[in-house]
Amino acid sequence: MYSRAYKSIISLPPLLWVGLLLLLPYGLMFAHSFWLVRDGFLVHEWNLQNYARLFHNPVYLEVLFRTMRIAAGVTLLSLLLGYPLAYYMSFEAGVRKELLYQLVIVPLWVSYLVRGYAWKTILGSDGVLNGFLQYLHVTKEPVSFFLYSPFAVVLMLTHIYTPFVFLPLYASLEHIPRNLIEASEDLGASPRTTFFRVILPLSLPGLLAGATFAFVLTLGDFLGPLLVGGPSSIMIANIVQSLFGTAYDWPLGSAISVCILLLTISLLFLTERLEKRWSFR
Amino acid sequence: MVFPVSRPFRRSARNPLLGLLTLVVFAFLYLPIAVLILYSFNREGVGGFPPRHFTLDWYRQLFTDAAIWDSVLNSLLVAFAAVVLSLTLGLLAALALDRADFPGKSIFRRLVLLPLILPGIITGLSLLMFAVFAGLELSLLTVFLGHGTALISVATTELFAGLQKMDRTQEEASLDLGATPFQTFCRVTLPNLKLSLIAAGLLIFTLSMDEIAVSFFLIGRDNTLPLEIWARLRRGITPEINAVSTLIFFISVILILIWYRIRARTIGKEAQELLERP
Repeated sequence: MYSRAYKSIISLPPLLWVGLLLLLPYGLMFAHSFWLVRDGFLVHEWNLQNYARLFHNPVYLEVLFRTMRIAAGVTLLSLLLGYPLAYYMSFEAGVRKELLYQLVIVPLWVSYLVRGYAWKTILGSDGVLNGFLQYLHVTKEPVSFFLYSPFAVVLMLTHIYTPFVFLPLYASLEHIPRNLIEASEDLGASPRTTFFRVILPLSLPGLLAGATFAFVLTLGDFLGPLLVGGPSSIMIANIVQSLFGTAYDWPLGSAISVCILLLTISLLFLTERLEKRWSFR
Repeated sequence: MVFPVSRPFRRSARNPLLGLLTLVVFAFLYLPIAVLILYSFNREGVGGFPPRHFTLDWYRQLFTDAAIWDSVLNSLLVAFAAVVLSLTLGLLAALALDRADFPGKSIFRRLVLLPLILPGIITGLSLLMFAVFAGLELSLLTVFLGHGTALISVATTELFAGLQKMDRTQEEASLDLGATPFQTFCRVTLPNLKLSLIAAGLLIFTLSMDEIAVSFFLIGRDNTLPLEIWARLRRGITPEINAVSTLIFFISVILILIWYRIRARTIGKEAQELLERP
């Protein structure tokens, strides 16, 4: 139905743009990871030194493992919060469904900075939470362990990514044919059995998609630790950021970025495969 | 409004604990923002409990703060330009994915959507390297290129969903009756997609106004609003930041709700899986 000329007019500009401003930049990052810095200058000499440094220096690995621990914490917590939310809305919200759905969508898209900043004002040593605890006479002196700890980062990022986890979970619960649940109940299964044998297995694709979002987005986060984390919760992206800034070692920073990129893409690929296998359609 | 996938349905037993848990989750999502707003009106500033004296002083201070308004202007400039760029390219990309076949199409689809799921730092840094490579000085222009490019992902998903919902017969009729493809595009395709375009534009505008992770690496001398706030945070928390954050929150909420309403009308509920996987 559409002519050749029409097809090339619609596909060429986006292809060229994406090639020039997405593919080429990612390629440049990849290339940088094989170059090096000598006497403060970037040298285009191909080598594997950056990757060797990455795997031999325990600091980088330690930070990477901490980042994965934080990401796992955020993933787990946002699933624990997102699942009941999605379940309630899909099965029990009734007429309030539409309103509640919008109440989750709004924080999904509202400014990351505004929400991160809100947590900073709450958890800080002169913050609202400390003021509240002193007001209740729970503590006499300001307690400082809320702010500047990995826990604060997990809390803040859980707040930010719970709506991201909610969306695919809710979608997968909505897609469960209701007659399967009715059948399970008619045949005498308890609500508990129905949940564990019918609903949970059928919502696994959504659960996996949500978990992937939370994990991957936390993995590359560098603003959380800067806002509420402090030195004890430096994550891998903070190292990248400092290598591109004051430390001026773009090749090493690129090598770490390439690792994050590969980790992200392989996780996405893997979970997509699993989701396809687990979905019943 | 009715969700097409779920028909009237009652579980035998409702769990009161679940309702309570849902309430707790909503409290977790909204309490921090409520606290932020509350303290923007507190005379004693941020922290301390309870907030005692109501004041609008922080808002007054905000409205006379020239640096903030300069950065708002910069953000608006970037956001409008990013909307135009990403809608144009996103529309073409959505059309191409919908009706053209070319080698590497599935790779192209994944690549376009990648910035949506990839951490902002990766997109920001790779574009920084591109700017250096291309000899571009860091400025609002590079921030605009970053936003415009990264947000093609949002434009493409939104407009592709709109295209899928569109009635094809009108386009076929137009072409059969002798209109050129260009005329058909202008008189049939575009008017049909008008609401989808407006909705996508609103969402992209909001996202660009709020964006920080990509801009962080592409910013030159002139700050956007989120980066101006970021720079001030280094000097400490002030109630003025609460005031500006409160305004950002309410404006974002309004834009997002308009986007959502239009989207629900044009695309419908079943396409609500907003976050298509790359």
